[in-house]
Amino acid sequence: MATVSVRDARKNFGSTPILHGVNVEIGDGEFVVLVGPSGCGKSTLLRMIAGLENISGGEIAIGGRVVNTVPPKDRDIAMVFQNYALYPHMTVRENMAFSMKLAKAPREVMEEEVQRAAKILGLDALLDRYPRQLSGGQRQRVAMGRAIVRHPQVFLFDEPLSNLDAKLRVQMRSEIRELQQRLATTTIYVTHDQIEAMTMADQIVVMNAGRIEQAGAPLALYDRPANTFVAGFIGSPAMNLVPGEISDGGFRAQGGALLPLPPATPANVATYGIRPEHLVLAEDGIEARLVVVEPTGSETQVAMRIAETPLVGAFRERITGRPGETIRVKPDLSLVHLFGADGRRL
Amino acid sequence: MSDVAASPGNTNTASAAPEQMAWDSKTRRVVLLYVPLACFLFILLFPFYWMTVTAFKPNAELYNFAEHNPLWISSPTLEHVYHLLFNTAYPKWLWTTMLVAVASTFLSLLASTLAAYAIQRLRFRGSQYVGLAIYLAYLVPPSILFIPLATMVVQLGLFDTPFALILTYPTFLIPFCTWLLIGYFKSIPYELEECALIDGATRLQILRQITLPLAVPGLISAGIFAFTLSWNEFIYALAFIQSSESKTVPVAILTELVTGDVYQWGALMAGSLLGSLPVAIFYSFFVDYYVSSLTGAVKE
Repeated sequence: MATVSVRDARKNFGSTPILHGVNVEIGDGEFVVLVGPSGCGKSTLLRMIAGLENISGGEIAIGGRVVNTVPPKDRDIAMVFQNYALYPHMTVRENMAFSMKLAKAPREVMEEEVQRAAKILGLDALLDRYPRQLSGGQRQRVAMGRAIVRHPQVFLFDEPLSNLDAKLRVQMRSEIRELQQRLATTTIYVTHDQIEAMTMADQIVVMNAGRIEQAGAPLALYDRPANTFVAGFIGSPAMNLVPGEISDGGFRAQGGALLPLPPATPANVATYGIRPEHLVLAEDGIEARLVVVEPTGSETQVAMRIAETPLVGAFRERITGRPGETIRVKPDLSLVHLFGADGRRL
Repeated sequence: MSDVAASPGNTNTASAAPEQMAWDSKTRRVVLLYVPLACFLFILLFPFYWMTVTAFKPNAELYNFAEHNPLWISSPTLEHVYHLLFNTAYPKWLWTTMLVAVASTFLSLLASTLAAYAIQRLRFRGSQYVGLAIYLAYLVPPSILFIPLATMVVQLGLFDTPFALILTYPTFLIPFCTWLLIGYFKSIPYELEECALIDGATRLQILRQITLPLAVPGLISAGIFAFTLSWNEFIYALAFIQSSESKTVPVAILTELVTGDVYQWGALMAGSLLGSLPVAIFYSFFVDYYVSSLTGAVKE
């Protein structure tokens, strides 16, 4: 267990900058998720922490020790790769014991550790199988077992669930979270899936184009996104972000809708944000024309237009209207997000 | 082809389905698959058949096609094989060829494994150019290269020894094997090595415990190629070896079994037959690896 500090970390591939000075502080035992669209530099940052990529500038410290030039094997970390990277020619047992074998651990210790990890992960019966004889979820567990046996200071996960089907992904998500809570090991987890990030993290770091857009607790990011990128990225379905300007005593959106504003609104609003679940059906609401109605059972997602402004709503009520019919909706004014012309929260 | 071309389906779009079925029809398979395959096999295998038949024919049959069927043996004999094994230095030639082929294959595999791994996996300045340079070395024809090599062989005092061949064959084997192995190493996921790096392995441990075990099919096919090339090599063996008993099989049967303008066809063919057996046996053992290395990558 250890803290991880990333201070002004930079990375260039040739003359192309990939990371433009990133700062992250990760507390002891914390579960941090790096999330962002593909190509945002999150995997590169993880690989820099692992020691698989050189650091072009700045500093990375694990447990207070600067590791910029320390080789991966001496950083006391364990990593789970996207495609699991199990050694195909070794059995599950050999895969899990490989790091200890390299460290010349005694045979009894190796066997004991492997058994312990296998028990935690439910792999007891599979120890003599080869990776090709395992299902996706089992491979995933072996990859985690390989990380557990080493008792590392930091776990690193690089999109570990993206090769699994949706159901298994949900299951493994909670397994990983539970395991991390049990072992209380500092964990850095990379994903492009914001739901994974929201459900697993103590702290989410949202990255975009080599920069950190915002870092904080999942619900803090959901409640108070710092800019339009985070606002649009966190939350599903995504927040409605409507460009426009203040006029006629409200917010005149592109497309013609006039949306109500909360009291004491600054004058320089350029983007009006409202989450689909914060639109409510109301008799005194604004008239909206239904475009698509998608019932999911627990809620109904509705694509609609107010004048020509497209909006998405998610309602607890069951809406049976057909496309072209109208409903009346209004935003919950206490949950409206307003952003300036630079995209920052006002 | 003809049956489909003649069918009315070509002009009538409504009968597209029957036309499609005709594509898979038996006639079509025979015409497009089995007949060309049979021709190919015949052309490929006939020389071997001729070689085998000739090796076991008595001289009387061999030179008299008027009274004997040239494609068949009436009274098979082992006299040519006997002559070859006990009246010539054939066993010695075979041994030399084997020694040279095995040693030069081993040397080449060793060097090209390290070279291919370095070029493919280590990020060093100019690795691409090194790869290109090795490839260019392969393009220099042996018929030009043997002249400077001859000077070196003589100056090193290796002339007329097996070492002359063991050390010169790698000049064309290493580039070849390196390129084959670069391709194979490329197919092994790099994450496996990164994972091993984190697990605490050194580069050499990774090579020995992760990459090489996974590259066995590639190593075997490189080995087979190298072995076959050195087994069949002619120019260097002809140029660098003089004494009769140090010759390799391809050179020896041609220089020792043709006396003046007299071709000892029986012995020549028996020599060729016995000479091609080791390679054939070699291939048959490793054919699975060989095919998998040329067709597929590492599966997890």
